[in-house]
Amino acid sequence: MQTIASRNETGKGNEKVREKVIGRKHFRIVPDEYGQHYDHKLLITIFVLCCFGLVMVYSSSAYVASVSGKGEYYFLIREAVFMAIGIAVMLLISKLDYHWFVKFTAPLYLLSVALMVLTDFTPFGVEINGQKRWLNLFPGVKSLPTYQPTEIVKIALILTFAYMINRCIKNIDRLPVMFTMILMLAPLAGLVVINNLSSGIIIAGIGCFMYFIASRRKKLYLVLLVLVSAAVVVIYLKPTVLVSLHLVEDYQLTRIQVWKDPSVDPLDKGFQVLQGLYAIGSGGLFGKGLGSSVQKLGFIPESHNDMIFSIICEELGIFGAVCVIVLFAYMIYRFVYIILRAPDLYGAMIVSGVLIHIALQVILNIAVVTNTIPNTGVTLPFISYGGTSVAILLAEMGMVLSVSNQIIYEK
Amino acid sequence: MKGEASVFPVRLRILILAGAGFLLLAGVTGRMIWLMVWQSAYYEEEAADVQQRERAIKAARGEIYDRNGTLLAGNRTVCTVSVVHNQITNPEQVISSLSDILELDRDTVRKKVEKYSSREIVATNVDKEKGDEIRALHMAGVKVDEDYKRYYPLGSLASKVLGFTGGDNQGILGLEVQYDRLLQGTGGVILTPTDAAGTELVQEAEKRIDPVAGSNLYLTLDADLQSFAQQTAESLYEEKSALHVSIIVMNPKDGEIYAMADVPEYDLNDPFTLYHEDGSPYSDGELSSMTEKERSDLRNGMWRNFCINDTYEPGSTFKIITMAAGLSEGVVTPESAFFCPGYKIVEDRRIRCHKRGGHGSETFVQGAMNSCNPVFMEVGLRIGPSVFMKYIEQFRILEKTGVDLPGEASTIMHSLENIGEVELATMSFGQSFQLTPLRHLTTICSLINGGNTIIPHFAAYSEDAAGEKVTCFTWESDGQVLKPDVSETVRTILEAVVAEGSGNKAYIEGYRIGGKTATSEKLPRGNGKYISSFVGFVPADDPQAAVLVLVNEPRGVYYGGTVCAPAAAEILGNILPFLEERY
Repeated sequence: MQTIASRNETGKGNEKVREKVIGRKHFRIVPDEYGQHYDHKLLITIFVLCCFGLVMVYSSSAYVASVSGKGEYYFLIREAVFMAIGIAVMLLISKLDYHWFVKFTAPLYLLSVALMVLTDFTPFGVEINGQKRWLNLFPGVKSLPTYQPTEIVKIALILTFAYMINRCIKNIDRLPVMFTMILMLAPLAGLVVINNLSSGIIIAGIGCFMYFIASRRKKLYLVLLVLVSAAVVVIYLKPTVLVSLHLVEDYQLTRIQVWKDPSVDPLDKGFQVLQGLYAIGSGGLFGKGLGSSVQKLGFIPESHNDMIFSIICEELGIFGAVCVIVLFAYMIYRFVYIILRAPDLYGAMIVSGVLIHIALQVILNIAVVTNTIPNTGVTLPFISYGGTSVAILLAEMGMVLSVSNQIIYEK
Repeated sequence: MKGEASVFPVRLRILILAGAGFLLLAGVTGRMIWLMVWQSAYYEEEAADVQQRERAIKAARGEIYDRNGTLLAGNRTVCTVSVVHNQITNPEQVISSLSDILELDRDTVRKKVEKYSSREIVATNVDKEKGDEIRALHMAGVKVDEDYKRYYPLGSLASKVLGFTGGDNQGILGLEVQYDRLLQGTGGVILTPTDAAGTELVQEAEKRIDPVAGSNLYLTLDADLQSFAQQTAESLYEEKSALHVSIIVMNPKDGEIYAMADVPEYDLNDPFTLYHEDGSPYSDGELSSMTEKERSDLRNGMWRNFCINDTYEPGSTFKIITMAAGLSEGVVTPESAFFCPGYKIVEDRRIRCHKRGGHGSETFVQGAMNSCNPVFMEVGLRIGPSVFMKYIEQFRILEKTGVDLPGEASTIMHSLENIGEVELATMSFGQSFQLTPLRHLTTICSLINGGNTIIPHFAAYSEDAAGEKVTCFTWESDGQVLKPDVSETVRTILEAVVAEGSGNKAYIEGYRIGGKTATSEKLPRGNGKYISSFVGFVPADDPQAAVLVLVNEPRGVYYGGTVCAPAAAEILGNILPFLEERY
């Protein structure tokens, strides 16, 4: 294997890396000698996904947008603008030394908490479709764009955990360290869960899995695995128990029942899922052809957003949908490649965080669309419409590329 | 620093995590493929269901003709006017034009125009001219669909036989419901692709499944004879201020019914309007003061066909059955001698003859001509209860006739163990049991036609809408219930009844008419209410037509021979030349 040398040379190397990470306090472009790798394969994958995303956003939103009077290009143009900004940011970040990001960790963390508090508890939070997930910095001015601050929370969490794990790797399994990490995670996850269960799950997931990678604990994760499996079984078989234990609310119970059989409430709670299933089911092997979806004509609410994958299935069939999944799988494979060759733990943990973020969202989104799990709003990275979301995703990709930029091969 | 390794405590863990990620990804991909391959047919169908708007096209209902091709029930084109909310561009114009042309309340129309639904029906059964007028305005969002409405060109003719249809073109009564499946045809549908809001997609083609019109039905009924019978019945109804008058004319050989009148008839084109006895319609106030049940009882009474739906005590016309049974059993011959003192004592009862002084000594034939009760009581008693009941069964009196109209009533008859001598004696002259007029006439037909059972019927054949496939109905009955020579004797005796006996008012010179009169007092006895009737046939040696005339509760003279025989004669005298001319 053509890999980096002496990876497991712990102890001494660790010290040096930390010195290197913490020591750099100034902005600098990565010197030439690091520029050995730069993962162009990942870069191309990102571009392909972005372009495909633009096509699908246009295809799935044009009819509804033009009927509602916004013009058929409304969503396409907005998505393209954010994507362009995001790509520029990504390319810039990818050329920076990722150790420099440490400086932004604390401010980003504090900013996240502040934004989430603003969204949850102040009039700056904007309710859209009955859910208060958006932030408008000038409340009352309705035409201004709104943001989903949960995306910033994700990037802040990844950086915070990467820093802490790198800092405390020796004592990572000690209880004080573990509790410190839980204490860092709790406010972020808690503030997000208040308005958005699925994003909260993703944020908690990113934290738990990042710790899982670094930790040597086994029993803890086995116990967690058993608990989660038990919860899934209970939710599937006897969801009413959870209501009597006050663990879930009534509205969540109906959501679970609708998940088991969407046709019990075909016009309300089960409507989106059912319409999505109609779209998926009518795709066939090669689909109806790009642009030929019927379900996007207003049948599927948010067809350019959470449910965009069902439109992909309808228009491009099994073939197109599997292509998209393979692209994501390849992206995850590139992440693993970079993690295994990262020059230090800090870089590896950043990429791990991004990997967990992307993988969770892709899996949860497709699971929701195929009604494998109860309906919850998760977007499909790069493809679903969402300006903030795609820009911040691209910034995360910039960080990954930056790590890949410092891979050094043994001669 | 070059070649410095990343410090990576558990390399395995990242592989576990990525592996788990790939597994889950493969899992949801598998589920997706399962949905897209194995569940595809189901979801595709469901999807097509929500993506298309269905507009039903009604099939034209089959028409009904009489035996000569006269239209009895046809279709008139009417229109259904509906609005599609989100296609309307000028709601005010739509509201004002529709309310003007359709003469509807403005607010009612406004409510429908402003209702957010994919299609709202404003009015049904709109005349074609009005529909065309609305269509000519070319208002966006207003749809005029053509539709059919049943109409009956001859109004009340044979109303109780034909029946009528409901607003959805479904048979409600009479032949319309009996042959509903044949007449209905198969509805068609227009499938229009739409978006979720119900807006039709212009670029997508409509799919159209054409309706198949129902088959046309041809009857054995003769509209002219029916009309003649109905007029005759109406004049009797007026003249005798009767409760109602029924006339049935049929072919005694094959059971074809030429006419069935049951006056008062009702207007088939307006079957729900109720009328007082004097012919004035019920006012709205009167109608609203009645309960739903009272209204529906009145309507059911108006639609009821006495010939089939009700039973009565036949009275003396039933003596034909006693006569046939006695002759067949050999307990009596035409020449057998009887003596009538004006009554007959059966067990401890003294049962009167209608002639108080008695008919004295007479032969059986004379007894029949006099319609003498003691003679027939004697014949009945000679036959005995069990054999008498055997003949009742053999003559199919206990069975329904099998006529092709709904709601035929059953015969109400004593059971054998309850028949004592008194019961047997009264049964012999047609009292103490009930049957429908049609059942009675059908039995008599089978006794005079040479002894063959028949099924009375209206349907002759049907023809599909294209006029290609013709289906004939078969009405064959299997039974020989009387020997032909006995049947001939019965005919001869009945001819004598008309020629010289109690039925002489039915006699017409030049025709050989056979028949029997009846006058039965309605229950409870002594209330002065009667049913007068007459059964006749022509020609007596080879019957071509049989007729039953029945007047329920005539005022004034109530003898069957006086009230009904002349009317029957009028029909029987006209029918032969009429039939000869036509067939």
